[in-house]
This record gives sequence, C-alpha cells and structure tokens, in this order.
Amino acid sequence: MASSQRNPRGFPAPPLFIGLAGLGAAFFLLPLAGLLVRTPWGSAWQLLTSPEALTALRLSLLASLSATAIALIVGVPLAWIFARIAFPGRAVLRALTVLPMVLPPVVGGVALLAAFGRRGLVGAWLEQAFGIHIPFTTAGAILAESFVAMPFLVITVEAGLRGMDLRFEDAARTLGARRWTVLWRVTLPLVRPSLVAGAVLCWARALGEFGATITFAGNFPGRTQTMPLAVYLALETNPDAAIVLSLVLLAVSLAVLIGLRDRWLGAS
Amino acid sequence: MSLEARIQASVSGFELDLQIAVGAGELVAVLGPNGSGKTSVLRVLAGLMPLDAGRVTLDGVVLDDPPTGVRVAPEHRPIGMVFQDYLLFPHLSVLENVAFGLRSRGTRRAAALTLASQWLERVGLEGYADRRPGSLSGGQAQRVALARALVTSPALLLMDEPMAALDASTRVELRRELRRQLQSFDGVRLVVTHDPVEAMAMADRLIILEQGRVLQSGSPAEVAQRPRSRYVADLVGVNLYRGRARETVIALTGGGSLTVAEAADGEVFAVVHPRTVALYRTRPDGTPRNVWEGRASDLDLEGDRVRVRLEGSPSIVAEVTPAAVRDLGLDRGDPVWISVKATEINVYPS
Repeated sequence: MASSQRNPRGFPAPPLFIGLAGLGAAFFLLPLAGLLVRTPWGSAWQLLTSPEALTALRLSLLASLSATAIALIVGVPLAWIFARIAFPGRAVLRALTVLPMVLPPVVGGVALLAAFGRRGLVGAWLEQAFGIHIPFTTAGAILAESFVAMPFLVITVEAGLRGMDLRFEDAARTLGARRWTVLWRVTLPLVRPSLVAGAVLCWARALGEFGATITFAGNFPGRTQTMPLAVYLALETNPDAAIVLSLVLLAVSLAVLIGLRDRWLGAS
Repeated sequence: MSLEARIQASVSGFELDLQIAVGAGELVAVLGPNGSGKTSVLRVLAGLMPLDAGRVTLDGVVLDDPPTGVRVAPEHRPIGMVFQDYLLFPHLSVLENVAFGLRSRGTRRAAALTLASQWLERVGLEGYADRRPGSLSGGQAQRVALARALVTSPALLLMDEPMAALDASTRVELRRELRRQLQSFDGVRLVVTHDPVEAMAMADRLIILEQGRVLQSGSPAEVAQRPRSRYVADLVGVNLYRGRARETVIALTGGGSLTVAEAADGEVFAVVHPRTVALYRTRPDGTPRNVWEGRASDLDLEGDRVRVRLEGSPSIVAEVTPAAVRDLGLDRGDPVWISVKATEINVYPS
C-alpha cells in the first residue's frame, strides 16, 4: 500500500484514507475467500450432482430462461416505447417499471400476491374464468423472477435505442421496408449489443432471485425451489451443499461480469 | 417521368416554402448553405417529413396532398435515396445492403441477391459482396449506397450531399465516376449540395435555396451569368467554362481559349471569378496571359459592385466598382479589352 499512497495525478492521500479503502476492499474479498476456503472440494461434484441439487439447478435454469424470454418479448417493446414515443405520464410509467430494481424483493412478492393471488386483482378473475392458478407454481416462480429482473433489460435496451442513429430506419423505409421489417432487420440488429447485455443482466438477476420468489411462489422442491432457495434451505441441513451451490451461482455471476466487461470495465 | 412539388412545411427554426419541378431524365442540384432547408426538401420528397401544405406528384401520382389527406408512406414511394454519410447497414454485408430494397419489396432472396450482385458489378465492386460496410473506403461506400438506391429502379433518385463524406483528394475522381453512374439512370434525379462547383459540374439545372425559399433556378450557365442576388452571385456567380486542356492551354467548348498556370490534360472545367477580370479601353500591354476583345452587353449594379457581361470569345462576366465603370466610360454595346491572369483561373478535371 505504501507505494500507492501517491496517485498518478500527484494528490497525496492521507494514510488513514488509504487504510479505509483497504478495509472496504477486504470487506468484499473476505467473503469470497471464505467461500473458497470452506468449499469441500473433494465432495463438490457429488454434492452438485445430488438429486436435490440437480432438481434445483434444472428448475433455476428453466425459470430464469423463461423469465428472460418473457422479458425479451414484452420488455423490448416497452423499452422501444420509452425510447421513442413521448406520451403524457411516460416518466411516471418508466419509473414504476424500473421500481423493482430498488424495491425490496419481498415487497415485490407481496405485491404479486395482491395482483395474481387467489383473491388478487387479476388472480381471482383468472381462477374463476380459466381455472388458472399462479401463486406457488413454477409459473409463479417465473413470474416473480420476470418482475424483478425485467427492468434490467428494459433500461439497457432503452439506452441502446436512444443511442441509435434513427436515420438508419429512415434509410430502410426509403428502401421499401415496412415497420416490422425495419424493426427486425434494422433496429433490433443495430441494438444487438444492448439486447445481449440486457438479456444477460436480466437472466443473472432472475437466476439469483430469492425474496419475491419465496414470497409469491413458496419453496417447493422441483416446483418453485430454485437454487437460491435451495442454498438457503441447505444451510440449515447440509452446509457443504449450500456452499457448493453458492459457488455455482458465484461462478455464473463472475462469468456475466467478465462477459460484459467491455460494458462495465471497458473504460478503465 | 417528372416530379412536381409545392412544399410548405415548418422545419425547426424556419418555414420551408418552395416549388420544384424536375423533368424526366433531368439532374437538378439543390444548392444552398447549411441550414437552408436542402435536406428537409429531400426528406419531404422521401415521405420522411410531413407537409403542412402543398402537393407532391411524381409521374402524375400524388404522393402528398395535405388537403385530401394523401400522404404516401416512404416505403410505398418509388424512390431511391442516398444519404449524406450513406448509412449502409453496418450489420449486413455489402451484397445484403444492396439487396435490402428488393427483399423489402418482396423479391425472393435468390433473385434479390442475383440482381444485387449485378449492380455491384455495375458500380465496379464485384469483389466486395461479402465485405462489411465498415471496411469500405468512402468512395466505395458511396457506390454501394448508389447501387442500393437504384437496384429497385426508382422513378426518383434523391441524393443528400453525395460528396461530403469523401476526402478532398479523391473527390474529383469520384465526382466524375458518380456523374457517369447518374447518366445511366433515366429517372428524375435530385442532388442536394452546399458545394457550388459540385453542383455546377454535375447538374443540368440549379435550384438555389436560402432560408427555405428558392432564390433562383436555371442552368448553371444562366445562374452563373445572371445571379439574381448578391448571395447567389457570391455563391455561383463565377465564369464556368468547359474545355479540353493541353498543357497550359484550354480550348473552350464555346469558342476561344484560356491560358492557365498549371498544365492539365483532357476534359476540364475552368472557373474564373468575375472580380479577377480586368477591363481596359485599349489593348493592355502587360503580364496577363489572357487578353482578348469583347463587347459589354449588360451592366448590373449590385450593391457596391457592377457586374459587366461581356460578349466575346469567350464571353465572360467581370465585376468592377462603379467608379471603374465611370473611369472607363463604359456603357452597353461598347468594345472593351478583357484580361485575366493565368494564375487566377482554377482548373478542375471534369
């Protein structure tokens, strides 16, 4: 640390300040180190391929990928509207759409129950009219993950659409392209980096979703017990399994971070 | 084929209010400074911008007519447009870019690609089909953009500053190439530019635009000789000659010859600014390489200067002060000696 007490621009930082920074860094590094040190490497594979773990893994993949698909199908059009169409209340609607990013997930779960629960706003009608029951099902887990994760896709794609040169769309139209053609063959390909980044972020967030899922969908193995829920449960009964599953989630997060490094770390 | 347009539209900052008529096979250049509304005219004609009032018809088909609510969408207009920086789709190959218009209009993939490759060949880029637009030079991108716009056989070709994105060093060569390509297209052609030489070199007719209005329209020679305002005079009020250069002598197409400073060979444009033309009552005896006798056919006072039109071989316009006209005792019909220094003549390959 001594050698770095002068930053390149020559401002001499007080030693205490540097010390606090070191503390902050340690705060992030120690838990990761703990996880690695405590990992039972010998039995890791066995723990990971246990039926319980595999079930949670499979369900997590299914739910997070479905949530990402839903986010792409409805989130991209939403992002497009936010980026392109000025209408009264846009700012408010936009704020409400990205609210789940800062909302405590458990509140999201309660809100979802209030909307899609047995006696919820839409849930009661869904149950009466179609016999559809969402809470405490895999569909419920997917819905909870979509709710929490979609904002990441929406704001990423919206930023991409705002940064795009609209004259490419003009060019396509003068070449005879109708709206869908413009969208499919010009607009979306041009914002592909944002689409990919948004989808990956959304998927990573969905994969790690805990609070809204357990509140809205419960914790049923094979149905709604995704990896984070399985980790939490295993912590009580089988801490080694919890650590190995955590390690998998950590690896995924790291992979996402590295995959998107140009976006986040490119400047440095 | 012809285009008739009465355009009234509000663009950010000012009103566009003008009339344009372009005949079949005519190449018209819309010339004006930045912010004069040139690009907006193209956007209106392409259907990318709405009209407040007016009417646009192409080959008798109404494209815009606000009173009756007619506004044909851009994708349904038989037009081709070349944008200022070409706007080739970066995610598509050169061939796919050219085929885009055909695919959008429902041509089957195989047929579209075949026709697109024929067009690439036509613009001399047959080896570039699989390249990405990002790897092309400015001149190549321009040719791809032109092929992309023309592949659907539009009735109207719109070009927005086709030379602006090119290096000055390659511009002359590329302008000649572009003119050659444009000559083989028989639809209505409208080119927007802020470069007078480019406009005069390429177009059959000029439309000069300022603040959204037409200041003057006519053949390059007409406009150059009779600019109807100070602004137009400054912009295009130059003497423009076409001729064949041999070493430092240019034999002019309209008769006469000019001696220039730099040796050239082949077809050229020679530009002489009126203020560099000197007039004498008797044959001058001095350094200017070009001295000939003419007759003053017209004198126009424009602000603090007089534009004197002189008939001779060649005919030329001189710009002198009113005091000089008085000293010379110059009047309509008077014979006068004309001189131009070789170094004052700018030569452009045509």
